[in-house]
Amino acid sequence: MLESLLSGAAVTLQVTVLSAIVALVVAFAAGLARLSRWRAVRLATTVYVELFRGTSTIVQLYYFFFVLPLVGIILAPLETAVIVLGLNTGAYGSEVVRAAILNVPRAQVEATVALNMSRFVAMRRVIIPQAIQTMLPPFGNLLIEMMKSTALTSLITIADLAFQGRQWARNTGQVTETYVAVLLIYFLIAFPLARGVRVVERRVGRNVRVERLI
Amino acid sequence: MTLSMRAVSKSYGPLEVLRSIDLTVPLGQKLAIIGPSGSGKTTLLRLVMTLEKPDSGTIEVDGELLGARRVGDKLVPDDPKHLRSVRGKIGMVFQDFNLFPRMTALQNIMLAPIEVLGMTRAAAEARARELLGVVGLSEKTDEYPRKLSGGQQQRVAIARALAMQPEIMLFDEITSALDPELIGEVLRVVRKIARETSMTMLIVTHEMNFAKDISDRVIFMDGGRIVEDTGPETMFTNPTNERTRNFLRAVLDR
Amino acid sequence: MTFDFGFAQQILPTLVDGARITFIATVCGMTLALMGGLILAVVRMSQVRVLRWIGNAYVEFFRDTPLLIQLFFLFYVLPFWGITLPAIATGILGLGLNYSAYTAEIYRAGIESVPRGQWEVATALNLSSRTTWRRVVLPQAYPPVVPMFGNNLIGMFKDSMLLSTITVLELFAVTNDIGSTTYRYLEPFTLLGIIVLSLSLGGAWVVNTLSKRVAQAESTSRQPGH
Repeated sequence: MLESLLSGAAVTLQVTVLSAIVALVVAFAAGLARLSRWRAVRLATTVYVELFRGTSTIVQLYYFFFVLPLVGIILAPLETAVIVLGLNTGAYGSEVVRAAILNVPRAQVEATVALNMSRFVAMRRVIIPQAIQTMLPPFGNLLIEMMKSTALTSLITIADLAFQGRQWARNTGQVTETYVAVLLIYFLIAFPLARGVRVVERRVGRNVRVERLI
Repeated sequence: MTLSMRAVSKSYGPLEVLRSIDLTVPLGQKLAIIGPSGSGKTTLLRLVMTLEKPDSGTIEVDGELLGARRVGDKLVPDDPKHLRSVRGKIGMVFQDFNLFPRMTALQNIMLAPIEVLGMTRAAAEARARELLGVVGLSEKTDEYPRKLSGGQQQRVAIARALAMQPEIMLFDEITSALDPELIGEVLRVVRKIARETSMTMLIVTHEMNFAKDISDRVIFMDGGRIVEDTGPETMFTNPTNERTRNFLRAVLDR
Repeated sequence: MTFDFGFAQQILPTLVDGARITFIATVCGMTLALMGGLILAVVRMSQVRVLRWIGNAYVEFFRDTPLLIQLFFLFYVLPFWGITLPAIATGILGLGLNYSAYTAEIYRAGIESVPRGQWEVATALNLSSRTTWRRVVLPQAYPPVVPMFGNNLIGMFKDSMLLSTITVLELFAVTNDIGSTTYRYLEPFTLLGIIVLSLSLGGAWVVNTLSKRVAQAESTSRQPGH
């Protein structure tokens, strides 16, 4: 049992990492877009963010996997999973980025103006580096939430830990042992991350209160 | 109704706040406690009110241990029932008033008598109105704390503590958080209580004239010890101890 | 692929039926979570070390494992040990147990926001532990965190879609059902999207307005001079 569960766990981690990369890119892109000068850009991004935050991940997964093919967009399960989780977590992440940037002390922003830096350079060299510190704990929490969401991808045929667990339990009838083991393995993956986030949270001190999002 | 503290010590980490304090306060005595900040005055009151536990030593109220029980020769941690039965004799008024923000003045005073003393609503309300009269706030029965001035809030807090009919009342710098013009009304109330009741009162204060006026006995604390313990006349006109003299000179020469 | 409005109209009543189940599951789940979270919050503040540890372990466990697996566990393992519940009860239990871990944290934030002086004055007035909690601390702990509970509720509404995986015929299950039996996915899924979005965005708006109102009320109840 442990063998198949662990192979599933490997897939879980794989999906998590890939989705995390997508989410990170999306979070920054969307977060910055929401602070753009152009109204259309802000609006479009807001629509995207509200859309993905307002519906549940499982619905989004099913939509991309079952509905999109009907309009001709067919994606492999792994692609679907990574894209959906990336966009979903990215939506929450964009709020973190936006809040962190807005929380950089005004004095810093004004200094960049006084030094006649272009907005792009100001962002890159001054604002974002300072904002990153406050982004870390919420990002950590989002990572944990996303790792847990990968379990949902088992419903669109991804052979992750949840999938393997369900298969094993169904085939061998050892429901208690299997599900206990699955829960334990998820816990062993998430707990160190959660601990780590709390350590970072303490170090960062005064930080943006974006608590573990549901 | 004697309060006695024997060899009571308390430290916060490396900081020794109270060093082996011995103090006996007989029934009905009005005791003023003065001294510089950090001398342990507030900690002493807090220990009596069981807000903190002494590191060593015992506190007894009328021969009954406070916050502990004696089993044979040893001291054992107290059980809640016993603790509350002894603690019920002690009341306290805080520097920050600590009124219940979502209750009216009347409700603030009524809560504890109903819940702890088992008074009926009617009896508790009558008593609360009476006490508000004593502290001069009869027209404010239905006001919420946020609508009251600091002085008024503190008077409500005093009434609230009195409602529990304690035998020992503790006053922890009750005017220190008040604007100067509001101090008088509160001190007037405390003077009244001192004159008209036989409660034992322990008053930590910076108001020297008030202390002289109201007390039967004054102790001066410094560095966690009782440095001088005498009557108000002696304390304020001719203290024997050097440190006491320095403190009073600094405080009264303003 | 065009949107068939006639078909959409046809399936709407079925979707509403599913929404009713979603509503029941969410409300019952939230009730359970509010009670469970309060118990957890008190346990986590106990003087007894073991109790505190159990409470913390519970919260950590339910927050670090996926809700989906918790639901599977309850659905497949309980009957094995003789406890057979109707699917919706299992779902409500799963939601309630999971979200108790989150509401416990919300309660904690609320309780910690109550000034220490309130606890001390309760001691000075010799109030029992129960009275202190019930009449002094909790009434002051609730108002600042009501918006957080609101967000929690919206989260549970979205998570209730997971109940479809344990045969509960709530909104999402019904949507999928329509799709797989009629092979028409566009209409049911679009309607689902509209219903879910309007409820969660509407809910978020309500919570936002509520939190602004509560913030105002709190600032005026500050004691003068402080």
